[in-house]
Parts: sequence; C-alpha cells; structure tokens
Amino acid sequence: MDLEAMYQEIILDHYKNPHGRGLREPYDGESYQINPTCGDELQLRVKLDGDRIADVSHTGQGCSISQASVSVLTDLVVDRPVDDALAKLDAFVELMQGRGKVEPDEDVLEDGVAFAGVAKYPARVKCALLGWMAFKAALVQAGVEKAREGAEIS
Amino acid sequence: MTATPLEAAPLDVAAVRADFPILTRTVRDGKPLVYFDSGATSQRPRQVLAAERAYVETSNSAVHRGAHQLAEEATDAFEDARERVAKFVGVDAGEVVFTKNATEGINLVAYSMSNAATAGEEAKRFRVGEGDEIVITEMEHHANLVPWQQLCRRTGATLRWFGVTDDGRLDLSDIDSLINERTKVVAFTHQSNVLGTVNDPAPLVERARKVGALTVLDACQSVPHAPVNLRELGVDFAVFSGHKMLGPSGVGVLYGRRELLEAMPPFLTGGSMIELVTMERSTFAPPPQKFEAGVPMTSQAIGLGAAIDYLRAVGMSAVAEHEKQLTEAALTALGEIDGVRIIGPTTTESRGGAVSFVVDGVHPHDVGQVMDSMGVAVRVGHHCAWPLHRRLGIPASVRASFYLYNSVHEIDALVAGVREAQRFFGVV
Ligand SMILES: Cc1ncc(COP(=O)(O)O)c(C=O)c1O
Repeated sequence: MDLEAMYQEIILDHYKNPHGRGLREPYDGESYQINPTCGDELQLRVKLDGDRIADVSHTGQGCSISQASVSVLTDLVVDRPVDDALAKLDAFVELMQGRGKVEPDEDVLEDGVAFAGVAKYPARVKCALLGWMAFKAALVQAGVEKAREGAEIS
Repeated sequence: MTATPLEAAPLDVAAVRADFPILTRTVRDGKPLVYFDSGATSQRPRQVLAAERAYVETSNSAVHRGAHQLAEEATDAFEDARERVAKFVGVDAGEVVFTKNATEGINLVAYSMSNAATAGEEAKRFRVGEGDEIVITEMEHHANLVPWQQLCRRTGATLRWFGVTDDGRLDLSDIDSLINERTKVVAFTHQSNVLGTVNDPAPLVERARKVGALTVLDACQSVPHAPVNLRELGVDFAVFSGHKMLGPSGVGVLYGRRELLEAMPPFLTGGSMIELVTMERSTFAPPPQKFEAGVPMTSQAIGLGAAIDYLRAVGMSAVAEHEKQLTEAALTALGEIDGVRIIGPTTTESRGGAVSFVVDGVHPHDVGQVMDSMGVAVRVGHHCAWPLHRRLGIPASVRASFYLYNSVHEIDALVAGVREAQRFFGVV
C-alpha cells in the first residue's frame, strides 16, 4: 500500500495549516458532529450573506483526514453562492462514496481531488465526510431548505 | 497437541502459529500480517473450524427438540461443549448460559432485573427501583456500561462508578461509601480492554456481599488470557465471548450462581425455555434452559468447546506467561520512543496484554493507517471505552493487543510502525 496515495501533500498541508479554524460570530447555522467509531468531534458554523456563504468557521479534534477535509471545504465554499457550495458538497460526497472509482472534477473540487485516494479506504471515508456532514447540517439550520436534498451522507 | 494440560511447558509459538492459517497471509501488497488486534477478536485455529465442520457434516439438527438420532447427537455435542466451558472456568454446567456474546449476557442480567418487578416473590432480590444504586467503574467497555445506564433509566435507580487513577488503576478509596446498603449491583471488568489493568475482584466482592449487592464480572479480557476460576473469585455473574478466545463469533457465555439463575426471571421467552404452556400462562424450564429461548447457536458452541480444548492443551498458565513476555517487550520498546505515551500501567504487574498508547502530534487514526500500510493490524479509536478516554484526557488511542500466537519479534514491527508514523507526519 502506498501511503503517499492516501496522504497527498495537499492533505498534509491542510492538516498542518488548517483554514477557517476557530469559531466565529455571528453565524446563522451551527452543527456538532461526532464520529462514533473513533471519537473525533467537529463543531462548525456557517454565516450566510443572502444566497452566498459568507464564512465557515470550525473547531474540534480529529485525524489528519478529517481536519484537512474541513479545511479544504472552507476554501471551496466560502464566498461562493449557496448553490455552488451544494454542488461541491454533492461532488465531494460522490467522490468519497465511489470506492476509488469516481474520477473527480478538479474544476469543481480543486484541492478536494486529493481525497480520491482516501475513498479506497472505507474506514476513512467517514473521517473525510465529517466536516461536510457538519456543513450540510449547519446550512439546514441556517434555513437553507435545499441543503436537505442531495447526497445522503452516512 | 495433546489434550493434557501441560501447565509447566513454555509455549511453542511456531507450533501454535502453524494451527492458524490466517497468520500466513499477507496484506496491503504483500506485507506479512502482524495481528495485534486479538482484544477485539481473536483468530481461530484449524481445530475449531474442524469441530464445527464435523458437527455440521454429521450431526446437525435442532438441539433439545426431537427424538431422532441426529437430534440426540446434536444435543449431546451442545451439552458437552457446555461442560467444557464450565470446567474451564471452574463452575457447574448448569450455571453456564450460552448467549450470542458477552454483551448479550450483560443485557440478559439487566433485563431480567427489570422483569423482576412483575415476577414473583422469589425474584425479589433482583428488583431495582428508585433509591437503589448500581455501581460500575470508569474503565468499563460500553458493554458493561450502557446496559446499566439503561436499567437505571427504566427503573429510576441511580448509576454510580469508581474512578480511575492517572496510572490506570481502579480508585477504590471510596469503596465503603460507593458500595452501600442501597447498592443492588456491582459490575466491573476483570481486565481492562484498553489499559490492560487487571482488577482484583476480592475487595469488591467482599464489600458487595456485606451489603447484599450482586456482583457481575466482565471477564471478556481475562478468561481468554489467563487461568480464571469464577467460583474461587466468588462473583455472582460473569460474562465472556467465544470470539475473543479462539472460538467462533455468535457464542458467548453468561455464568450465574445456580441459586441466582433459579430465582432470576427470564429475559427472552419462547420455545425451549418452557416447562408447561397453556393459552393463559407458562412455567419455565430450570436454568440454564430458562435463559436460552429458541434454537441456540450450535456449531458455534461446539467450536467454542474445541477452542477451550486447544487452550487447555497449550495451558492457560503458559498463555499468560507468553503474553507477559510480549507485554513486557512492548512496554519496554514503546517506552523508549520519544513522544509515545503509554495509557495504563507501565509494568506487567497486575496487567494483561493490551497496550494502548498515544503518539504526540499524530492522531491515532493516522498512526493506525501507517501501521496498516506496513501490515500491522492494531485498533485505533476509543475501543468502546469512551468515558475512560475522556477521563484520561485523550480523544482516542492506539491499541496493540496480544495473544498466544504472537511472537516477540513481531513487537519490532509495532515499534517500526510507530517510528514510521512519526517520520511520515514529521514529528521527529
Ligand atoms: C472488556 C470487554 N467487555 C465486553 C466486550 C464486549 O464483547 P462482545 O462484543 O463480544 O459482546 C469486550 C469486547 O469488545 C471487551 O473487551
């Protein structure tokens, strides 16, 4: 097994220098997620500005994959229209649930394509999705009804 | 292997390993498998599979039902397995209830106690309600925690617990106030699946007896790894799982002192556990059948009997001694690595072969992933002991757990894995 295939440089960079870290006020929606198999925790807040994502802030503790993933999420969705963010969420979930068989679209997922290798390890898919699960739930709490639809994350 | 217990003979690891085909496989692109996750589930020797297979191919039928030859043979084989289990832990066959696993055994007791509320006078001592207390410990596996929490929920009883010291031992300093006249149950683990700590049941059993509380021993991590005589320990109930002691999954054991099993109301009801049934009411079979509703797991129980034969042939003292050497080697080697913190006792004194640790700067999940890439199977996470991890101030840990088929040189792979994780994540 090739460790570098899973832990791409991009992932390690985001892990060491996570973006969006620290909880910020004000916010419109918040979610707390745990991964019951390993005890990782994540609290994430979303601030909306009309139909744009104004800010995503988060705190918690977890493995490199879960930490890097929420950092990448921050880059992908902040300052973007909610619809774009939801499309990215769907694309990321599809990639992660694809067992390594989904070809990621770099235009949509940018740094998120680095997680393609993680998708081959079922035990780590949950880690990669923890932040996205929190993001989706926080959007719902912020009143974005559309966030209820789309990819089922489990 | 002979069938006589050769307690004095040291364990021949090569001979043992030859009985476990899985240990010869490779993982992750050709790496030899180093299996350090026996605390979660153990591997099974050929002999166990052979016993299951022989039963299925020659005698398979429903036990305790029917009078044909196969039914007779199946019943004999099943009851023979019960005898072996009983003998292995020093109790009578009538005190051994087969369950799905240890978790079910604990739930069986907890639900039977709920059912005592509506059962007759003979079940009085199992009743719990408001004002009563159930005492557990902070080092319990969720299996010996959640069922008691739930029993308290259902009945209004209060859950209390012994704390854990910083070095991973039970803090018994408040035993006399924690276990008091209101205490109905004292449930505790014999050996922690995370810390490796071996708890001496004696003071707990003695105090529980004094106040008339029932004791429930979680022997999941002790019975597979050392000689254990439940009668001598004096506990009222004990549980363990077949799959952690070279046996199949799907079979576990609940031991209960005979007079308790006789008085305790049943949990699951239906076929096989009855004495007389009319449309209005039923009476129940004597234990252990009273607690074994429905057609039981049969080939699994027979497999467990074979696993016990295997362990007896090796000798439980030899198993314990071998694991002590592995534990000693692991504690020493891990202790020499900067940035590694062992969770739990750092000597082999009253300690079994589960060694958990954290690596500064590298999340346990990531340590485990690096080890997996090198063929080393360890457990990462909270190992179903979340409150214990919270108590120790860590979200998760890495656990290497040993068994009779591990060799001391495999510890080198553990150490190499930790060092590689440190290198890969740039913390050294
Ligand atoms: C100490 C301890 N208690 C209880 C259990 C539960 O065993 P099972 O899952 O086989 O019911 C385990 C194993 O996971 C354990 O290690």
